[in-house]
Formats: sequence, structure tokens, C-alpha cells
Amino acid sequence: MTTGAPLLALDAMSKRYGDVQALTRASLAVRPGTVHALLGENGAGKTTLMRIAFGLARADSGAMRWAGGPVSFLSPRDALAAGLAMVQQHFSLVPSLTVAENVALGGHGLFRAEQARQRVRDLVEATGLPVDPDAPAGTLGIGAQQRVEIIKALAHGARLLILDEPTATLAPVDAASLLEWARRFASGDRAVVLITHKLRDALDVADDVTVLRAGRVVLSTAAAATTERSLAAAMLGETGDVARAGVSSGANSTRGAIVAELRDVSSEPGHTVPSLHGVTFTAQGGEIVGVAAVEGNGEDALLRILAGRERAATGDVRLPGRVAYIPEDRHADALADDLTLTENVALGGAGARRGWIDWPAMRAHTETLMTRFDVRASSALAAARTLSGGNQQRLVLARELEGEPQLVIADQPTRGLDLRATAEVHERLRDARARGAAVVLHSADLDEVLALSDRVVVVVGGRVHEAHGGRDAIGRQMLGLSS
Amino acid sequence: MMARRFAGPLAGSAAVAIAALVLLTMLLALGGYDVPSALAALWRGSFGSSYAFFSATLVRATPLLLAGLAVALAFRAAVWNIGAEGQLLAGATAAIAGASLPLPGAVRLTLALVFAALAGGAWALPAALLRRRGVLEVISTIMLNFIALNLVGYLVRGPLQEPTHAYPQSRTIDIAARLPRVPGTRLHLGVGLAFLAAIALGIVMRRSAWGFRVRATGANPRAAASAGSIDVPRVALEVFLVSGALAGLAGGIEATGVTYALYEGLSPGYGYTAIAVALLARLDPLLVAPSALLFGALEAGASAMQRDAGVPAALVTVVEGSLILLVLLVPVMTRVYETRAARRLAQAGAGR
Repeated sequence: MTTGAPLLALDAMSKRYGDVQALTRASLAVRPGTVHALLGENGAGKTTLMRIAFGLARADSGAMRWAGGPVSFLSPRDALAAGLAMVQQHFSLVPSLTVAENVALGGHGLFRAEQARQRVRDLVEATGLPVDPDAPAGTLGIGAQQRVEIIKALAHGARLLILDEPTATLAPVDAASLLEWARRFASGDRAVVLITHKLRDALDVADDVTVLRAGRVVLSTAAAATTERSLAAAMLGETGDVARAGVSSGANSTRGAIVAELRDVSSEPGHTVPSLHGVTFTAQGGEIVGVAAVEGNGEDALLRILAGRERAATGDVRLPGRVAYIPEDRHADALADDLTLTENVALGGAGARRGWIDWPAMRAHTETLMTRFDVRASSALAAARTLSGGNQQRLVLARELEGEPQLVIADQPTRGLDLRATAEVHERLRDARARGAAVVLHSADLDEVLALSDRVVVVVGGRVHEAHGGRDAIGRQMLGLSS
Repeated sequence: MMARRFAGPLAGSAAVAIAALVLLTMLLALGGYDVPSALAALWRGSFGSSYAFFSATLVRATPLLLAGLAVALAFRAAVWNIGAEGQLLAGATAAIAGASLPLPGAVRLTLALVFAALAGGAWALPAALLRRRGVLEVISTIMLNFIALNLVGYLVRGPLQEPTHAYPQSRTIDIAARLPRVPGTRLHLGVGLAFLAAIALGIVMRRSAWGFRVRATGANPRAAASAGSIDVPRVALEVFLVSGALAGLAGGIEATGVTYALYEGLSPGYGYTAIAVALLARLDPLLVAPSALLFGALEAGASAMQRDAGVPAALVTVVEGSLILLVLLVPVMTRVYETRAARRLAQAGAGR
């Protein structure tokens, strides 16, 4: 570890958004040659602080120093020119352009296709993040899109790379190699800021850890000098035990009748690569079935068919009348950001509704759901866009789970959520199981799948197998290796 | 609550109207015209007298209102129907045909308006069907506009030409088949129909399940399909047809209430101005009415300006175009201004 002047120093940054004090005199110093983990719950101010550094937001007060000199980046362009890059949680790829074209965007001079492809191939080599330069970005899964975003950020030659929740969507193998790569990148005069709420990631790769809670820095220390438990306590305040709530299993002995059944089902080729073939799958009432898969093995076709959102090409599909669907990408598939909370609740079953909508009643219903599911918003008539990620997911859960569905399909339901919101989602899924519903849960985080599920299936190469053995055995099955 | 919901947009629209006047004043001064007398003529021709208001402004606003509703509905569902002009001409043609049938007057008139709506919808149908095959409706509807205009040109020189074959226009329809007027004015029944349509569409969009499906589809089609089980392609098709029908009705009402005959110049680009009308109203059917009124007044006033002060009416078209740019630019300009201000502040700070 090097000493001396920090590469990036933020001093006493404050920022207010309307009624919300997002940051209160938050300071952060990133030393060259280090990985700096920035921890905190959703809404703690992690992303806001880094958006200020990157020139995407402006602080109300506070000072910033870059490589020893005072600066203030007014736009990401300024930041990139100075050597500071940020990969945001939400991607900004042009779906119809190829990976190479996306990376070339924002460059200068003429576009030369072969040069652009070669550049991506070089970056792939240098980063060890596999992407196909010729694949249109729109055809890539979320994990691959994230890799492209990282490669895009590095194409501008950054010395400091800010990664906002980079492992939230990556399969465990990819996440591990990314973190390992971040470790290697952060050498010499370069550094990485890792925004995360995964304590283990922070402790595994970071040299320094800064914890934000409600916009204030509550802990700033060397990673070696702290523990998972004390970090959790710092993040959550007094209620540190919430962190543990998500990890207690609790198998249910009272399984019910078969609720959903697939027999010899194949999916439409082209929708997903690879497509499903010859899949037989059942889910019984009172159980949580975990779906473990490396992204892009046909697991989303399985979940969409089970949710009744995609038709099977061949085979028999038997689904119950009431299915709750919590999709992976809530901004794209679950919520209309510009509509109000009430309207987003009304969206459930809107296709079948006839006649007139009683909006005052719908609003009252929404307010009831907000209380029951602890959705924190200024009003039931606020736009969904104004909610934090955790509250948006609570709203989705409220809408999907309120009618006591017989089948619950949850695809990455805790993606991007903090510990508290994650624990709540887990609790809701367990409640559904206790009520007798069948729950099918997929997560890129294998530990989450194992912690919650009564039974695990592995999707690999478009086929579905019952999983056997422990964590490592399942990991090998996910990669298609015989255990 | 209603008052508050409209206050913001209304204030914005008022600001845009004032900006239009300022711009017009500047253009008049630049062109060397007598500004006070030109503006006086503009006022006289639009709001200055009850005749100007009821016989010019309101009558001009009517096709803009109906076509504006057509555009607002389509855009609300993210269906980019630029074809209101063609659908309006199709409606006018069908209305003239319907009004010429050998039937009792009231029946003929009713049929004429029904035909107009059907023809407008039918003219939108090819674009709606092509859209499902991935053809951009922006392109297909513009092309259909040219087809409609040239088709009218053919019809009024061929099958539908008036009996003397002297003029490129259709036979004038009988008095019995015309929309009744308020005596002593040019105000016809269609004006009331247009405002009723605005109120009806406003209620449908706010309160009905269908209107909600339209708004949800426009707000996020993927979530509408996934979370709402909404048949998004079907909603888009329905919206396209209803939008076409509204534009067709605009043409039918113009033909049976104002022109009484079909000719190529029947619409001075109502279908295109309607896009501005809808955008200025932020795609809200209830706000389309005042927006159409503003544009109707501008166009009515422009005629008076040309007549009384010798100012070319084209000047007002320039103002209308600038209005659209203004409406689209306001959010962008606000952001640019904020960035500039921050940059100045930062430079001042660094220099200290």
C-alpha cells in the first residue's frame, strides 16, 4: 500500500434534493493503488457522492481534490478527460449497435469498424471480461451488458474507476473474476471505488472501507481492521441483527399439491439463447424451488413460461389462475416510472379490466398496500420514478402478492437492494410459502438461492436438472461439469 | 385538485402565447411593418369582436381541435401518427360522397360524418398494419398524406368533379346536408361536436380502463405487457384507428360545415398544425381545446393582418413553427442554463 496524497479526495460534501438531505458533510479519500469499498444501504448516499465526483451531480457545499489539486468536474466529459470513469448501475448501451460500436461512441474522428473491433478485443484481453465485439448490445444478457459498460469506461483510459454495484447482476464466477480483476487494476497510480452493499465483496478485495448511513460517513477504516459484523452494524445502525435475517433457512415440511407443471416443454428459439428443450418441471404448494443458472442458459425462458409471460413452443404447461411475477428488471418489466404509484398498482390485470376505473377507490387500495408493505413515498399519487429502488421493489411485491397468488415467480427479486430491503423480500417469499403458495426463485447469487430454497434445480444449456450436493457441487453443475 | 393539475400546464401555455406575441412583434418590426396596426388587425381578426371570435377563431379552431385530439391520443400511446392530414382529407372526401347520396338531409348529414370517421380510420389502417411488421409509422403515415392529397386532386378533376367541369372541385352539397349554423354567423354545429369530443376523450383517458391501457402502453410498453397483461399491439392498433377516425371526423366536419365541397386546398395543413396543437397541450385532451383555440386565433388573426395591414400570413406560420420549437426546447434550455450558471460559479471560485 502506498502513502502520500490521495488520488481522489472529497471533503465535507453536502447535497440536498428537495426535502431530502442526501449527503451531510461526507468525506472520502481514495489512495492510489487501492480498492476502496463504499458501503451503505439504498438511499445512504453512496451513489450520490460518486455522482458528484464524476460530474453528474453538483454538491451544495464541499471541496474536491484530484491528484492533489482542487477540481470540480462539471460533466462526465471533464471527469473522463482527467482520468476518472464511472460504471453506473443502470446501463446506457444503444441496443441496436454492436458492442464495438457502443464502445466507439463518444470517440473522436472517423469510425473504423475493424479498428473498433480490435480495440474491444484488446480490452477484452486486458480485462479478462469476455464479450463478443460483434454482438448487438440488445441481445446481451444483463451480465454481459455490465461487462461492456466496464470495458466502455476503460476505453477512455481511466486512472480511477468507480463501479456502482458491479456484482449485483453477475453470476458468481464472473463476479469473482471481476473483483479479482479490480484488485489487479488498482495498482501503481490507479485505484477503484467499489460501491456495494455486499459486505463479503468489500472485505475480500478492498484495502479501505467507508460506510455511509443516511448521508453521513459513519465508519472509515482499513478493511483488515474490521469484520463483517461491525460493518453490518455500521450500515444499519442499532438494528444490526437485520443483516442476519436473510440467511436463516427453515424448510417447510407441509408440501401441498402440484401447483405448476411443465411437461416436455421447449421454448421458442430466438427468444433466448439457448432455448429450452424437453424440460419437465413441477412446483408444489408450500415450497420454494430455487433456480440456479449461469446467466444465458435458458433460465429466463423457464421463468417467463412459468409466469405465463411467454408461450412454450411445444409441450404441456399447466399453471394456476393467479400467478405473481417479479421480473428481473423492474424498470423495464414491472413498473412504468412516469405513472403514479396508484396507476402502477392498477397496472396489475389492466389487460382484462373493462369499463371504468374507480380511481379514488384504487388510490385508497394503494394506500392500504403502502402501509402493509411499508412502501415509503410522499403520496400514492407520486410518480414511481421518485421512489428509491427498495421502495419500488416493495411496490412491485405489494401489487403481485396482495391477491394471495398460488404461484410466485421471483427473478432476481433482491437485485440492487440493500440488506434491509433484501431481508424483507426474503420474508415476503417465505410468507407466501407458509400460506401454501409455490415459489420459484432465481438469483445470480447462489448463496441466496441456497439460503431460501427447499429444493434447487439447475438450468444449463437449455435443460433443467434437479441439483444435488452442496454449494460447490451445484456450482459445477451450473457450469455443465459433471459433479 | 383539478385546479392544481391544470395550473402548471396552463401557466406554461400562457407563457408560450406571450412568447409568440413577442416573437411576432419582433418579426413585424424587422419586416418594416406598422407594428401597432398589424397587431390591432391580429386582435380584430381573432378576439376583437364576437363575429371574429365565433365566426373566425372558433371555426378555424375546430378542425385543429379534432385533429389535435387525434394526434394527442396517438402520441399518448407512443403511436407516432403524423398522418392526421391524410386521414382528414380521406374523411372530407367520404363526407362529400355521403352528403351527396339521395337520402333525406339529416340522414345524409349523419351518414356523411360516420363515413368521414370510418374513412379516416381506414386511411390509418395500412400504417397500423405495417407497424406490426416493423415499418415505422412516421414514414408510412407521411407517405399516406401525399397519397391522400393526390387522390383528392384526381377525384376533383375526374369522378367527383362538379358538373360544369370548369373548376377542380366537387359539386357543392345541398343545404339540407350541411351542418346547421347559428344564424348570422359562420358558427356551425361541428364546433360543439369538437368540444364535446375533447371532453369525452378527456374523460375516457382519465377514467376508463381502455384509456388507462393506452397511457400505460405509452408510458412503458414492456411493463404494460408484462405486469399488466395488456395486449400492446392490439392497443396500438385500436389507438391508430380511433386516432384516424378523429382526424377523419375533422375533415368531415370541415367539409359539411365550412367548405361544402371537396377541393385540394380544403385543409391548409390542419393535420400538421395539429401536431403543434397536441404538443402544446402536452397530449392532454382537455388542454387540446385551449391550445386549438390559440392556434385558431393566430390563423384567423393572420388572415385579418394580411387583409388590413398587408402582412403576409406566412409570418404567422413562422410564429407557429417557432412555438413548437419553444415548447420542445424549454426543458432543454433550462438544463443548459443551469450548467452554464454552475460553470461560471466554479470559474469565479477558481479565480479567487
